[in-house]
Amino acid sequence: MKRYWLLIGLWIAAPALAADGKDILEQQCASCHALRGPAAQTVAELWQRKGPDLFYAGIKYKRDWLESWLIKPQRLRPAGYLYFQHIKPGDKQDVPDTQTLTPHPALAASDAKAASDALLELKPPALSALVTAGDFKGGDISLSSGEMVFDKFNGCLACHQIEHDFGGLSGPEVYTGAKRMQEDYLVSFIRNPQAWNPKIPMPNKHTAEPNIQKIVQYLVALARGAADEK
Amino acid sequence: MKSNSLLFLLALVSSTVSATSAEDNYKTYCWQCHGMQGNGAGVNVGDMSVQPRDHTSAKAMGGRSDADLFKVIKEGGLAIDKSVLMPPWGATLSDDEIHELVKYLRKLCQCG
Repeated sequence: MKRYWLLIGLWIAAPALAADGKDILEQQCASCHALRGPAAQTVAELWQRKGPDLFYAGIKYKRDWLESWLIKPQRLRPAGYLYFQHIKPGDKQDVPDTQTLTPHPALAASDAKAASDALLELKPPALSALVTAGDFKGGDISLSSGEMVFDKFNGCLACHQIEHDFGGLSGPEVYTGAKRMQEDYLVSFIRNPQAWNPKIPMPNKHTAEPNIQKIVQYLVALARGAADEK
Repeated sequence: MKSNSLLFLLALVSSTVSATSAEDNYKTYCWQCHGMQGNGAGVNVGDMSVQPRDHTSAKAMGGRSDADLFKVIKEGGLAIDKSVLMPPWGATLSDDEIHELVKYLRKLCQCG
């Protein structure tokens, strides 16, 4: 009989023992990531940021990627966040100062699941209004045509890698971009980066709407290629 | 009258505090391609099809008018028939900040 009471007691206690995602965010993420808005409004505020803002993570990220990345984080920005705090002069050009780059902490699987659940709930209404479901119209583009739009017509390659070791280093790599981020968010962000984060070093290139669609199609094609390689 | 003077002073102080210096804007937005030393050797240049301008070169910068520099920072390289790799920063920087950046570029090249 005693055993039954013990089992009942454990069953009642179990939810309390499970890691609370919001607690994980506050305790392990908040020192580097903003969990509450607004985004940095001045360069001085931007310089205080140690990692990307997460207060709109529920609009930005894909859940499956988020959970697996938190278990096994890999560097997305070759020169860190923010690039100008992690570079030094090299022989021919400035290079990432790897000694200043610290690996992102990894979470246990259960914590990664709880944290991802909590992150996906972060959807401030003012920013949600910038995204309309179905903003990304879908469709396919070949890798060569996509690269033409991405690089030759819009110059995005200057700051972003389209494959490991090819492309600019100051921004996040984009070959896993569409695995990480929701396509409708990508359309909105490329359309007006400053609406999301007024002072980040990503310019608004006033890209024509059809080309925004093609760029996101290209990111989807790149992510598919990156997935096929694994 | 006293309160008007105080308001004016407060407005002056707050505008001074919120303005970003040209040096800090240059570091945040220009270093990535034009380099920490402004010599065109930024962290991104390795795979660039067109190399960024060396802002420390009087020869490379001397031929550009202030109006051209303002235009290329605000509207991007294509606006002055140059590379698409130079992006427009008009949505990020105010006109005043761009004017200050033009002055900063003149200091770097010691020209114009």
